[in-house]
Amino acid sequence: MNAILLAVALLGIIGAASATILYLTGQKFKVIEDPLIEQVQEILPGANCGGCGFPGCRGFASVLVKSSTMDGLFCPVGGQETMDKIAAILGKTAPATSKKIAVVRCNGTCEYRPQTSIYDGAPGCAIEAALYGGETDCFFGCLGLGDCVDACLFDAIHINPQTLLPEVDEDKCTACGACVKACPKDIIELRKQGPKSRRIFVSCVNKDKGPIARKACEVACIGCSKCLQVCAFDAITIENNLAYIDDDKCRLCRKCAPVCPTNSIWEVNFPPRKEKASESSKEEIKKTV
Amino acid sequence: MLKTFRIGGIHPKANKLSAGKAIQSIEIPHEVSIPLAQHIGAPSQPVVKKGDKVKVGTLIGKSVGFVSANIHSSVSGTVKKIDKVVDVSGYRRDAVIISVEGDEWEDSIDRSETLINECTLSQKEIIDKIAASGIVGMGGATFPTHVKLMPPPGTKAEVLIINGVECEPYLTSDHQLMMEKTEEILVGTTLLMKALNVSKAIIGIENNKRDAIAKFSQLASFYPGISIQPLKERYPQGGEKQLIDALIRRQVPSGALPIAVGAVVQNVGTTFAVYEAVQKNKPLFERIVTVTGEEVNNPCNIRSRIGIPLQVLIDFAGGLPQNTGKIISGGPMMGKAVAYTDIPVTKGTSGILIIPSSKAKRKTPKDCIRCAKCVQVCPMGLNPTLLMNLSEYAVWDRAEKNYITDCIECGSCSYTCPANRPLLDYIRLGKGKVMAIMKARKN
Repeated sequence: MNAILLAVALLGIIGAASATILYLTGQKFKVIEDPLIEQVQEILPGANCGGCGFPGCRGFASVLVKSSTMDGLFCPVGGQETMDKIAAILGKTAPATSKKIAVVRCNGTCEYRPQTSIYDGAPGCAIEAALYGGETDCFFGCLGLGDCVDACLFDAIHINPQTLLPEVDEDKCTACGACVKACPKDIIELRKQGPKSRRIFVSCVNKDKGPIARKACEVACIGCSKCLQVCAFDAITIENNLAYIDDDKCRLCRKCAPVCPTNSIWEVNFPPRKEKASESSKEEIKKTV
Repeated sequence: MLKTFRIGGIHPKANKLSAGKAIQSIEIPHEVSIPLAQHIGAPSQPVVKKGDKVKVGTLIGKSVGFVSANIHSSVSGTVKKIDKVVDVSGYRRDAVIISVEGDEWEDSIDRSETLINECTLSQKEIIDKIAASGIVGMGGATFPTHVKLMPPPGTKAEVLIINGVECEPYLTSDHQLMMEKTEEILVGTTLLMKALNVSKAIIGIENNKRDAIAKFSQLASFYPGISIQPLKERYPQGGEKQLIDALIRRQVPSGALPIAVGAVVQNVGTTFAVYEAVQKNKPLFERIVTVTGEEVNNPCNIRSRIGIPLQVLIDFAGGLPQNTGKIISGGPMMGKAVAYTDIPVTKGTSGILIIPSSKAKRKTPKDCIRCAKCVQVCPMGLNPTLLMNLSEYAVWDRAEKNYITDCIECGSCSYTCPANRPLLDYIRLGKGKVMAIMKARKN
């Protein structure tokens, strides 16, 4: 009986002593952290995708709290709304940014870009790209092995089994930029989502001279500069036989797309173009009303 | 018991179909395209423009920076244009395209076959001449030779190793060169010894080339300091680090160059090119290429000018067989499959291997069965299956700690894997990524 009591007492004393030591050590080495960091982290989406350029949401939260301005700091996943909320807590102002979205700049489907060799190595775009230009004669185009799909944490990009090209799900894409980094051919670009998701872009990254590009792929940009001539806003540049539309300057006037001889300029989410005849008849209707 | 390296290694079937076939010259086509990036390091800067007349041996590309090499015209004619041409990298890169007119050589080149033994040039003059002649490692790695001959401060070369191993199956270009140009290679070796200021050279030859061993042993007695060492057949014995281990039993530390253990390794092809450059003033513009394959009509060894399309060489060997599945530039182990036959021969093209379609396709990979065969055969003592997984899941820090950058990409792991796993594919990817990360950290 005595032994049991002794054991209980001893354990109790050891426990109490340890608790005191732990408490004192805890007090002595207490890390005082800004409670704001915790609050900011709670607002952030918690995806830890690294799209902001910092290691995880907590890393970004501490940078937000510590830095004096919020310029250049942006959470692509949370978007403007989240940044505004954080700005309110921190008493800073969030710079206005427009929402971006990942855009795949290759439209060389199997139909337009014939296969000329067979790759049977390990399934990875980065691995294939290190070996050669790819299974078609276009050395710039999509390899279709889905490194971007693997990189996406939001299930927002998928390979279309018909075209073998990746397609971005606009509702899910957070513009974190993981696919942009994963693509060894630099095909994916973050572009402004645009009003009502309307965007115009050159869906090709082929820098070969026109005839070579055209031979490899029917819908390649051949650098003919027809789009450059019709653009009234100086938004189009041509470098290395490839046109590029600057989304800051583009006013979505839709003049460039119809003049492209290879249909490599894409307009997305626009209403279908109306025939000229129907436009005139519409005006007539207006007049009569 | 013959010497060989101590860690790992495999013994694939040799298949030396073109062994003993005399080196043949081929007719130069009416146009050649000479790539400006034929070596490791910065691509050369073109020094000719459209319409310029060039002779055989005229400088057309100047080296940029320390690790780079000069490029010389391999034909005489007119520069048609400087344009992008698909080369062995699988991409379009800059090349000088020359329309061939006749075969007029630069006057300074000594075209006679006579052997010149004596060399009065100093150590520095020899190295300068090698650099000016654009000589690179001709075993396939194409590392500029003059860089290897200038050991960094604090290191000293003790022994020169001449690599006559040719451990790649099918290839016979080095073997045939050793048989036909034995004395030239020995003179080239003495020149390299002088350039490095060493008194000892070892020529390592695998035991499947007994005729070459016999010929070299017979002649080497006339050249002081050079010894011949027969080696047991084992792949990848031609790798620098493996050959050093096999011959002088020294291990190159991780991340270090062979000079760290006092050794400099040069291929026999390079040694012959050094002889021609120093003694005959002939820059590097041609090399021996083996064209081979089970279905090839006439497997042969060809002396080809740089810039000739592979198709011309294949036609010489009897044309592309009907059932061709894959064309490989180089040997079956470390060579690279090419998608086009119009890509040009470069300084590093040691062979063209044509594989029938029945053997060309890879087998479907299955799950790893943890047999550790890849660990057993890795000549660098790495753990390939671990490195593959780390690369696949992008765990770069662990890959670095497990010495992924020491991989020599010999392919022994993929060759031996009973589950057909694409080990090297992933390791090569990881090696590139980790090297980029390490480089970024340094800057």
